[in-house]
Amino acid sequence: MESLLTLLIFFPVIAGILGFMIEEKALRAYGIAVTAIEFLLSLLLWMMFDSSNPGYQFVEHVPLISDFGINYYLGIDGISLFLIILSTFMTMVAVIGLTTKNEIKNMIITLLILEMTMVGVFASLDVILFYIFWELSLVPMLYIIGAWGAKLRIYAAIKFFLYTFAGSLLMLVGILYMAYLHHQLTGVWSFAIPDWQALPIDFATQLWLFGAFFIGFAIKVPMFPFHTWLPYAHGQAPTIGSVILAAVLLKMGTYGFVRFSLPMFPDASVYFIMPIAVIAVIMVIYTAMIAYAQEDMKQVIAYSSISHMGIIVLGTFAMNSEGITGSLFLMISHGIVSGALFMLVGVIYDRTHTKMMDQFGGLASVMPRYATVFGIMLMASVGLPLTIGFVGEFLSLIGFYRISPVMTALAGTGIIIGAVYMLTLYKKSFFGEVTNPKNKELKDLTPQEITAFVPLVLLVVYLGIYPKPVLDPIDTSVKHMLANMEKKAVTEDAKNLFVQANSIKEAK
Amino acid sequence: MLDPISIDYAALNLASLIPMIIIILGGLAILVIDLVKDNLSKSFYVMLSELFILLALGAAFGYHGGERGFFDAILIDGIAKLGEGIILIASALFIPLALTSKRFHEFSYPEFFALFLFMIAGFVFMVTSDNLILIFVGLETSSLALYTLIAMHNRQKSFEAAIKYFTMGAMAAGFFVFGILIIYALTGSVEIHKIEQVLIAKKFEPLAGVLLAVVFMLASLGFKLSMVPFQTWVPDVYEGASAALAGYMSIVPKIAGFVVAIRFFEIFVHAEIGWVQNILWITAVVTMTATNIMALVQESVKRMLAYSSISHAGFAMSAVLIGTTQSNSALFLYWILFTFTNLGAFTLLWISRHKQKGKWHSRYDHPYDKFSGMIKVMPVVAVIMGIFMLSLAGVPPFSLFWGKLYLMSSAVNSGYIWLALIMALNSAISVYYYLKLIVYMFLKEPVENDGTIYMKNASTALKTIIGFAAFMTLATTLFVSPLLDLITSFVKASGY
Repeated sequence: MESLLTLLIFFPVIAGILGFMIEEKALRAYGIAVTAIEFLLSLLLWMMFDSSNPGYQFVEHVPLISDFGINYYLGIDGISLFLIILSTFMTMVAVIGLTTKNEIKNMIITLLILEMTMVGVFASLDVILFYIFWELSLVPMLYIIGAWGAKLRIYAAIKFFLYTFAGSLLMLVGILYMAYLHHQLTGVWSFAIPDWQALPIDFATQLWLFGAFFIGFAIKVPMFPFHTWLPYAHGQAPTIGSVILAAVLLKMGTYGFVRFSLPMFPDASVYFIMPIAVIAVIMVIYTAMIAYAQEDMKQVIAYSSISHMGIIVLGTFAMNSEGITGSLFLMISHGIVSGALFMLVGVIYDRTHTKMMDQFGGLASVMPRYATVFGIMLMASVGLPLTIGFVGEFLSLIGFYRISPVMTALAGTGIIIGAVYMLTLYKKSFFGEVTNPKNKELKDLTPQEITAFVPLVLLVVYLGIYPKPVLDPIDTSVKHMLANMEKKAVTEDAKNLFVQANSIKEAK
Repeated sequence: MLDPISIDYAALNLASLIPMIIIILGGLAILVIDLVKDNLSKSFYVMLSELFILLALGAAFGYHGGERGFFDAILIDGIAKLGEGIILIASALFIPLALTSKRFHEFSYPEFFALFLFMIAGFVFMVTSDNLILIFVGLETSSLALYTLIAMHNRQKSFEAAIKYFTMGAMAAGFFVFGILIIYALTGSVEIHKIEQVLIAKKFEPLAGVLLAVVFMLASLGFKLSMVPFQTWVPDVYEGASAALAGYMSIVPKIAGFVVAIRFFEIFVHAEIGWVQNILWITAVVTMTATNIMALVQESVKRMLAYSSISHAGFAMSAVLIGTTQSNSALFLYWILFTFTNLGAFTLLWISRHKQKGKWHSRYDHPYDKFSGMIKVMPVVAVIMGIFMLSLAGVPPFSLFWGKLYLMSSAVNSGYIWLALIMALNSAISVYYYLKLIVYMFLKEPVENDGTIYMKNASTALKTIIGFAAFMTLATTLFVSPLLDLITSFVKASGY
């Protein structure tokens, strides 16, 4: 199946267009069916994926604007494979757990378009194609937040859109300059990522190009101090919006670091390790503290998301395979866990129409199954060993330990604070007496919700105990990328750092 | 006693005049028909004009004769052909907009269509000549016709708009004449290619004279192209004119102006005269930035689109400043893509035109409130309008993104990194006001339960135009490559 990626990208949107013909009441079932087929297609992709091959697979190449080097160029490696599966999986789970009642037709169709853009971002090997999907993903999200959100939804939606759009336009200038540079050095116009990764660039140019790309990605992640749009977006978005946003859209930013910043600008990446590490540590600790101060459950999880993204960034810039593989694994685990947590908050919000912790208390005695699932996800979020959250966090931190033990230790405290606010949340809401009489009659999880949560719980435990099937293909591609970076590095500093970052491993 | 002029008939190359002649004859024919028989349906005149425009288009693209014609006053090079193409195609798309389901005053007069054709002829003369006098004649023919067309809408606001446009336009014409005068005094010629030779030979001295000439030309073209600070008429004139005509004005007169601007300013840009480049840089940047900011606070969609079209003109002006083959190709690509999108957006305003005064707003026909919750009552129209707005904002993969991409790329390739950054920032600012309309349409509660209010003025012809514009906006990705090839080959052929 040579055209599997094209199929994977455009299947949801074609299904979405056909969805206009379907009756409103059947649309939820249709949505589940389509996203399930899409998920199965992505599993097929995994089955046919050759884990021992570190290069790009399933490559498709059709010229779009050939004179200008823009092509319809798709392909995946171990890095993007699992992000695609994460996207299709989380979309499916989110649609199964969907409880929105009004305008469900528009919702499902919008979600399917969003799914196209998510898969497209991770499958594109042409930068312009990547940029198209990257920007297009804002539009359905704008609609989801703005149309189904809470009271301040329009403000939140516009803030989300403007922030990310402004960032990515600066990135566009960087993209165009990079293409120009490629033309200067090789005489050929090309927007292909593999071509760009092979392009030697002098140090000074790398610095500012790194900056241009960095702003685009950093706003998306979101990194401190550009993070302020995220709590608003999460706070106002409907459950499904938060799930997709946290699980997949944020990962586009960190994916950008791995796919663009590191391999294209290795020297600049090394040069900026410390400033970025400082920002990442601030993200981890500062937002963890803010999360502790929240009274709204959803805000706690929103801020904890930013905090975890900090560790992902730290791992990415560890410049060794442990760190980068760990950060990629953490992207996947955080996608699953934070998505699940947002869905769990959505469950209780549907029943009580509040997300305030002080309204709850003693939920464990009323809703035992809910409390169990919440407990497992919370442990995974904290990073308890044998859950999915532990693997990625541990690898990311151990990776960065080689660069700077101090920074790693500081980031580690963030995890401790993470445990504090999460357990506090759990204590306040689930333990003790039922303080609010209204909560005495709450229904436990419905079969529909259980269907949505069971795969999540299974994954959290399974990949927590045995992460190898996912780690191996990622690691192969990451090692390949690191080898290329080392070859490409021009400055002495960068060369030394690559040796330092990777040498202890060999001594071990 | 002057010597008798003897010119070979073949050397006149009258074939080069055929497109203009067809259109002028068309205008005259309409007048004659009106004399012979009145009370003919407007659809007759619409289709007659359409036929003449299509004939002219065929003649223009079928022309393969020499570049020069008619005492060397006509110059049919690549950019002239591109200009003709855009003007005639945009006109062909505009004229069916007269086939509204509501009756409008202006369309009941055949003179409207005759004037319209004369105006097109004027624009075509502007782009197919490098003789400043002939350009001036074309400019004035088209402008005078356009003033009248605006006034024929027969509302208080339209008269105001026409008078305002006329006053400003008269001043611009004065500037243009002064510019020609000074240039003639400096170089002894009114033909751009000769002016270029003389100026280069004289090393662009004396500075004061050249400076004055450039400033006068920039001011007069600035009026036409709505460059800051000569943009003040635009929002008021667009507000007063019918939405269809406003859309037309945002496209066709400007491309004619841009072709003249390319011909004239590239003399200086290619000679790398620093101060001219600085003036153009400031003009372009201020135009796109200032009007973007002004657009943020507008309450009427039409005024917002007016400011946005000025900002887009600023974008295109920066292409003139950059002055490479790629940037000039980018200008034409940008404008062709802009034509479809903007025509679509204005046509959507046009079909929602109704006759109840002050229904939503005491002053504006199209305040933002009018479009509240349109997705719930008129989903298809709302989605199409949304696509036009996203395209104007430069969201990929809709049409204008490709224009912006190519234009910004040409800026980066010529070392204008800051200009590219400013364009990027301006796109980021502009998305706010385009988004505002989307927010109203998609995210707010409806004010009207009856969706037909948005289609009051619709007819099959108008719907077809909108459908066509929407298709072109959506499908750009598929045809941008051959289009770009075509444009680049034309631009290259004319040496810009």
